[in-house]
Amino acid sequence: MKHEGYDASTLAAGQKTIAEFRNVSKRFGSVLAANDLNLRIAKGEFLSFLGPSGCGKTTALRMLAGFEAPSEGDVLLDGEVVNNLDAHRRPVNMVFQHYALFPHMTVAQNIGYGLKQQRPRLPKNLIAEKVSKALDVVRLGGFETRRIWEMSGGQQQRVALARAIINEPKLLLLDEPLAALDRKLRKEMQIELQNLQRQLGITFVLVTHDQEEALSMSDRICVMKDGRIVQVGSPQELYDRPRNRYVAGFVGTSNFFDGKVTKVTGTRASVRLENGDEVEGSPVSQVSVGQSVSISVRPEQIKLHRSGDGATARVLNRIFLGEHTEYLVKHDTLGEFLVLSPRQSELNDGPFNTGDVLFASWEASAALVLDSK
Amino acid sequence: MRFYALSVYLFLYIPIGVIALFSFNAGRNASQLQGLSTKWYGVALSNPFVMDALKTSLTVALTAAFLATAFGTMAAVALQGIHGPVRKAFDLLIYVAVMIPGIVIGIATLIGLVTVFDQLNPLLATIWPGGATPPKLQMGMGSLIAAHTMFLMALVIIIVRARLAGMDRALTEASSDLYATPFGTFRQVTLPLIFPAVLAGFLLSFTFSFDDFIIAFFVAGSETTLPVYVFSSIRRGVTPEINAIGTMVLAVSLILLFAAQILLRRGARPTR
Repeated sequence: MKHEGYDASTLAAGQKTIAEFRNVSKRFGSVLAANDLNLRIAKGEFLSFLGPSGCGKTTALRMLAGFEAPSEGDVLLDGEVVNNLDAHRRPVNMVFQHYALFPHMTVAQNIGYGLKQQRPRLPKNLIAEKVSKALDVVRLGGFETRRIWEMSGGQQQRVALARAIINEPKLLLLDEPLAALDRKLRKEMQIELQNLQRQLGITFVLVTHDQEEALSMSDRICVMKDGRIVQVGSPQELYDRPRNRYVAGFVGTSNFFDGKVTKVTGTRASVRLENGDEVEGSPVSQVSVGQSVSISVRPEQIKLHRSGDGATARVLNRIFLGEHTEYLVKHDTLGEFLVLSPRQSELNDGPFNTGDVLFASWEASAALVLDSK
Repeated sequence: MRFYALSVYLFLYIPIGVIALFSFNAGRNASQLQGLSTKWYGVALSNPFVMDALKTSLTVALTAAFLATAFGTMAAVALQGIHGPVRKAFDLLIYVAVMIPGIVIGIATLIGLVTVFDQLNPLLATIWPGGATPPKLQMGMGSLIAAHTMFLMALVIIIVRARLAGMDRALTEASSDLYATPFGTFRQVTLPLIFPAVLAGFLLSFTFSFDDFIIAFFVAGSETTLPVYVFSSIRRGVTPEINAIGTMVLAVSLILLFAAQILLRRGARPTR
């Protein structure tokens, strides 16, 4: 049976594949946790699996780590099928969600653990030297003899990171590594992770349910839903050309208006909305007349005016965000939607206040016609 | 309610207190306190029969506790990875082994081993090379150690598994992710983290084996453990010497039980 899953098995020219999923499925009893995954991971890239809990992203990561074997298909590492290769034989390291640092060891013993397992044995002073270097990389120099429980959450996070990167793995897997940190620390660690990845040149594979995290750090994002890959692309691609309504809703914020295609001409399509309005939009992929679609308009693409014609929109709520102001408006025919106005347009038109009756408009090119799935 | 509770405790502990008190009796009458002295401890410890029985008891308890701890820990770790009906069957058998009365284990082991020995001894005689006399399998220290190991193992499994259940699975995964072999993970991560429970299991096993009378009575063959010796001496009348032995056994058991409790409590402390 031909799968309807998204085929992401192509990379840009010149990129070397370090890991690959080929028609990989994973069953846990009757649950299909991963459904026909096809994906190539390029050497040196920062790839994120993004999706809500239960979408199969952690299963995908665990198959790369060697904690789960695929039920069908092949997982390849550096060109070799590794389906049944035990985790301890894979040149891959993981940063666990709650770090999984060994509580009975010092910081140095934790970080040196991977090196200590190598046979023939590495000399002790070489391990100590590498440990101290790894600690410097994560800016924890001099913490060797500390106990794990003496460290803060952010410091433990860095120890976990150092424990993984010291082994120079072919893949560094990160399982929601920032979820346990507070907001400010999370921001800092995002930047630090990104810098670290560039500096070390190690391929990073991150699992997250936080779209902001994925957008800000990744070279490519793999959006998943119900065990399937929905779309793979750069953050910009996913934001500007989402494959369907699910991706548009998960990556960034968007306003959706449901309807059916009535006419397709060149790069434009006409859509009759549920309220009877006829709207022009630009299809991201092939659409046909009669197809159920969603029109997606990003809040920052909508402009508010004091004058105009047609249906009006009343401001229900206004949130000043500094460089932007967010308005929730209720449109006469389209219902409620969000508008994000840049500070500059506010300065020109004057601030709109709650209760103001305005006109809303957007370009047809900003109204994406998306598969409503 | 409180009165009844108090009565129950008094009923249980007064006889023990009386035994401890009378072990310090200066006179030789077991029911009449005639001044305090520790001379009966000296008498007990210089009695060669007591010392022999003590040596047997210690050998059995140490060996059985060691074997039960080793096997029980291995079983507990292995059972972590098993689920479904096999696991359920094991769980059931483990609890049965702990709940089953000592007298049943004693009789069953005796009948079972005697039957097997009766079959094996002639067989050994025929296949033994060189016409020399083969060793004769019989009830004794070996059978006693085997019987104790069997039921103590179940106890160790329960104690160690409680500790394993509280351990984050990600720790063993992290170890294996960092290239440690399964045995390397057990040695460097699992064992250090469950060690308090393993040690507690050993101490409890030692105590139970050292104190056991019922199983030893059936299975020990010609060997005499301390509780069996005490039982046989009581038939000749209770002397302060018996009280002294009982008090010493009690003291050792209590100390080990407390040590096990402390270890288990420390082990239960969160590690993250």
